[in-house]
Amino acid sequence: MGAEKGTDRSTLMDILWDVQRRKRYISEDDIGKIGQAFNMSKTELEGVITFYHFFSTTNRGKYTIYLNDSIVANQSGRKAIQRAFEEALGIKLGHVTPDNMFGLYRTPCIGLSDQEPSCLINFKPFTNLTRDRVFEIVTELKSGKRPSELCDIPKSIIHYTPAEERTVFFKPYRQFSSLSILNTYSPEEIIDLVKKSKLTGRGGAFFPTGLKWEFCRNNPSEIKYIICNADEGEPGTFKDRVLMEEHPELMIEGMIFAAYAVGASEGAIYLRAEYMYLRDRLEELLSKYRSQGYLGKGIKAKTPFDFDVYIHMGAGAYVCGEETALIHSMEGKRGEPGTREFFPVEKGFNDRPTIVNNVETLCAVPRILEMGISKYLSLGTKATPGTKLFSVSGDCSKPGMYEIEWGMKLRDFLDLIGAEDPCFILFNGFAGECLSEADFDREISGENLLAEHMQFRFKDPLEYARKMGGIGLRSGGSFMVFNKQRDLLKILKNVADFFVAESCGICVPCRTGNFLLNKKIDKLILGHAEQQDLDEIKEWSNIIKITSRCGLGKMSSTALNHAMLKFPEVFEKRISANTDFNKSFSLEGATADYDRIINEMTLDYD
Amino acid sequence: MTDKVNISIDGRHIVTEAGKNLVTVAKEHGVYIPTLCYFRNLNPLGTCRICTVRVNGKDTTGCTVKAAGGMEIEVNTPDLLENRKAIIEMLYAEGNHFCPTCEKSGNCEMQNHAYDMGLTVTRYPQVFSAKNVDFTPKRMIMESNRCILCKRCVEEVKTRDGYDVFSFVQRGVKTRVQIDYEQEEKLSEAEAIRAMNLCPVGAILVKGMIQEQPFGERKYDLLGKDIKPVVRNESLRKADSGKYIIGTTSLAGCFGCHMSLLDIDTDLLDIVELAEFNKSPLTDIKKFTKQCHIGLIEGGCSNSENVHVLKEFRKKCDILVAFGECAIMGGIPAMRNFVPLQECLEEAYLNGITTEIGAHVVPGHEDIPKMLNNVYPCNEVVKIDYYIPGCPPSAQHIWKVVKSILLGEEFSIAHDEFKYD
Repeated sequence: MGAEKGTDRSTLMDILWDVQRRKRYISEDDIGKIGQAFNMSKTELEGVITFYHFFSTTNRGKYTIYLNDSIVANQSGRKAIQRAFEEALGIKLGHVTPDNMFGLYRTPCIGLSDQEPSCLINFKPFTNLTRDRVFEIVTELKSGKRPSELCDIPKSIIHYTPAEERTVFFKPYRQFSSLSILNTYSPEEIIDLVKKSKLTGRGGAFFPTGLKWEFCRNNPSEIKYIICNADEGEPGTFKDRVLMEEHPELMIEGMIFAAYAVGASEGAIYLRAEYMYLRDRLEELLSKYRSQGYLGKGIKAKTPFDFDVYIHMGAGAYVCGEETALIHSMEGKRGEPGTREFFPVEKGFNDRPTIVNNVETLCAVPRILEMGISKYLSLGTKATPGTKLFSVSGDCSKPGMYEIEWGMKLRDFLDLIGAEDPCFILFNGFAGECLSEADFDREISGENLLAEHMQFRFKDPLEYARKMGGIGLRSGGSFMVFNKQRDLLKILKNVADFFVAESCGICVPCRTGNFLLNKKIDKLILGHAEQQDLDEIKEWSNIIKITSRCGLGKMSSTALNHAMLKFPEVFEKRISANTDFNKSFSLEGATADYDRIINEMTLDYD
Repeated sequence: MTDKVNISIDGRHIVTEAGKNLVTVAKEHGVYIPTLCYFRNLNPLGTCRICTVRVNGKDTTGCTVKAAGGMEIEVNTPDLLENRKAIIEMLYAEGNHFCPTCEKSGNCEMQNHAYDMGLTVTRYPQVFSAKNVDFTPKRMIMESNRCILCKRCVEEVKTRDGYDVFSFVQRGVKTRVQIDYEQEEKLSEAEAIRAMNLCPVGAILVKGMIQEQPFGERKYDLLGKDIKPVVRNESLRKADSGKYIIGTTSLAGCFGCHMSLLDIDTDLLDIVELAEFNKSPLTDIKKFTKQCHIGLIEGGCSNSENVHVLKEFRKKCDILVAFGECAIMGGIPAMRNFVPLQECLEEAYLNGITTEIGAHVVPGHEDIPKMLNNVYPCNEVVKIDYYIPGCPPSAQHIWKVVKSILLGEEFSIAHDEFKYD
């Protein structure tokens, strides 16, 4: 931050982006030069580049097209769109045209689940695609039009907010209006208010925000950092996108309050690469805040302070949503999560005390201060006052953004979104529970939560429903609903593929454990599984959960295990009788290579 | 001047210094927490996850815990012990580990853990990932098949001017350690040897410096005598009346395990009292004439015939025992898994130094067994009831296991009985 380019590792990703954007790949030669500038060995730099899937050492094409690979996109007709692109370009997915004009690739969720099928072309969004539109886009691009001229501005589809006086996020806001509070409150008083509001981390971890700020404030350091985590990578979520489209000023003001409260002088927005199209608008807004004296040196407050914000672009890695991984990524390293020996509030970015807060969390702060604490506490429930944003997609008539007061019954929420014959729900994207009818009478809130280890000790769905009935439900807000016609195993397979692709690879339970669980799902789908395989899924999931280094591994098998608990009939239908043989070993499959080789050789020499 | 704090480890009350590393504290008080990536107090890596313990009810790695007042720590609960073993097994399934041919055998920390934990087989299917052996560096060989991605070398091995020599590249299951040729050249011989010794397994080797210490005198060869044997307490088969019937076979193996069977010498007379052999190379009976109590399988599956024989054994034997490294993990024949089948065949029949000039035929006929794409451990094809590891397992050991199974006795494997591969 602020240091000369070429010396400070935190500028490395910007430089890699520069090269990638300009040339569509990072060459051997570039690696040598950049490595030299940053005092890194070539291999170390290669390690960084190959970690992020939007960086590439081969040409990705003048027009790089990324199609969303997650389940909701698949159900919205993504396959047909892929075929249309393949036909129009004459290449298969994962390839570049021979003239290096077009590259067609898959990528995990791009945050447009309410307007799928969609894609990114040179990181510009194209939504609600049809076959005809695909051909039209390709023709236009070939004729020299720029993606920025052709792209869609993703709509903010906000289907529901509570009555205006009970709404927190999506109602009109006058820029700078809450910042006058800085003149009347001391940092300690701000922290006190945030603590009283019971605001917790809205990315899905629900750590008390006020407490985090207090810890950070109490760690003495000349430099502290505020990082806004705008790397929402959970498949199905898009709430941060909508917030940054509708109310980016709330996010910036939230960061200003955080900086004031903890005594931080520098801030960054870690923006996921998939939202690169939001960047220019955010930069403009930041300039506006600077010119008005709300960012920069000597910001007016009860105790004046310095604070500025810049934008750090991510480059495609789900795990970077984890705060320690995000910090490593900002430091120009591989985005591997840390060991938890220290919390970021002790040693974070550049080993300084650091706050990492989600976009929604930060946006809530100015609103809470604006409406006053007692008003805010009157919304929602006791443990979770206020409202929560849900990104809704899947089998419902009204996919889009919902702001609801905590405390709504799941059944009512399903009515609200127009769920069609709902059968199962991924309630926290891929990294969370799979809900069934047994959960429909539970309320969406943080009331009566169970200790984590209690979750799986149920014999059957009935016992589950009885015991869990009064337990609240909370999540980061990716809400994917599926009807009875959908194949549960196919969805779980998509989830498993995602975690295999997105595991950072640093610890074996997550790296290989998820790979092995994925093989088990294959076995189920192919009808090769036996009862023992189901038992092993449970046993192995538990090992992965206990021993993984970060939340990714700890949560990766949650949906699968919940599904096994709540839909035992689906799994029982897929298993066959126990035998002494491993059904997934096929002699034909194992000798196919040999047959092919012998065949080819005999042809050759005949 | 550090404060003293009270903690408890597995119910034992311990006074120690605040902030001290838990692995060290435990060691000082006679509690052993196994570790693999851990090698220094500062900046523990926390990559291998073997030292997972429970602190105040929460699972975390022991190497990253600093002692604080009132901590209640669980180290050796049955489920934590099981987790540790599961992780070692997962590392074995993920890589391609062949202890009998590994230069580091006896000096390998992972192998030692496996012995300690009484690991006979991995519960997971082999990943069969294509891994690279890089001979290009000037001084070193990078053997990715054995790498467990502990990150020690990445964090610790630097050139004098501060460059990393090793780095992780790619991510997820594709993650591997890559060596930087340019930087590697800068290392002195002493620094290179240090890197080799830093590696807890046999992934980093220094050319010409590999077999210095003879087997049998290596770091872990003399250790472990005092470790309690593993007691297996599955309920075993009750003996029937009359003699027991045994079948044996060698699939993709070297017959070394069968040689070892004969090493039993005069005890064979006792065995003959107790049992008779049916289909076996020892009797030269080619076809099963009756159902057997026990089948002993040497070697893994390399071709279609191996698969047929193994499946037949599964049908004809009540209990199937895989004995020897090859039957359990694929062993030496499985080293061809690193090389594409086509190259294997071409090397054997067309381009090898022993083939005739102008050789142009790879034998292929319906009577010739077909090669499989990989060499498979037996338990990936059929269910295996017991495993006797070793290369080869000693005669006494094999018979001890077989007798125990037949007589339905509880049996145990002493730590030093593991030590032959």
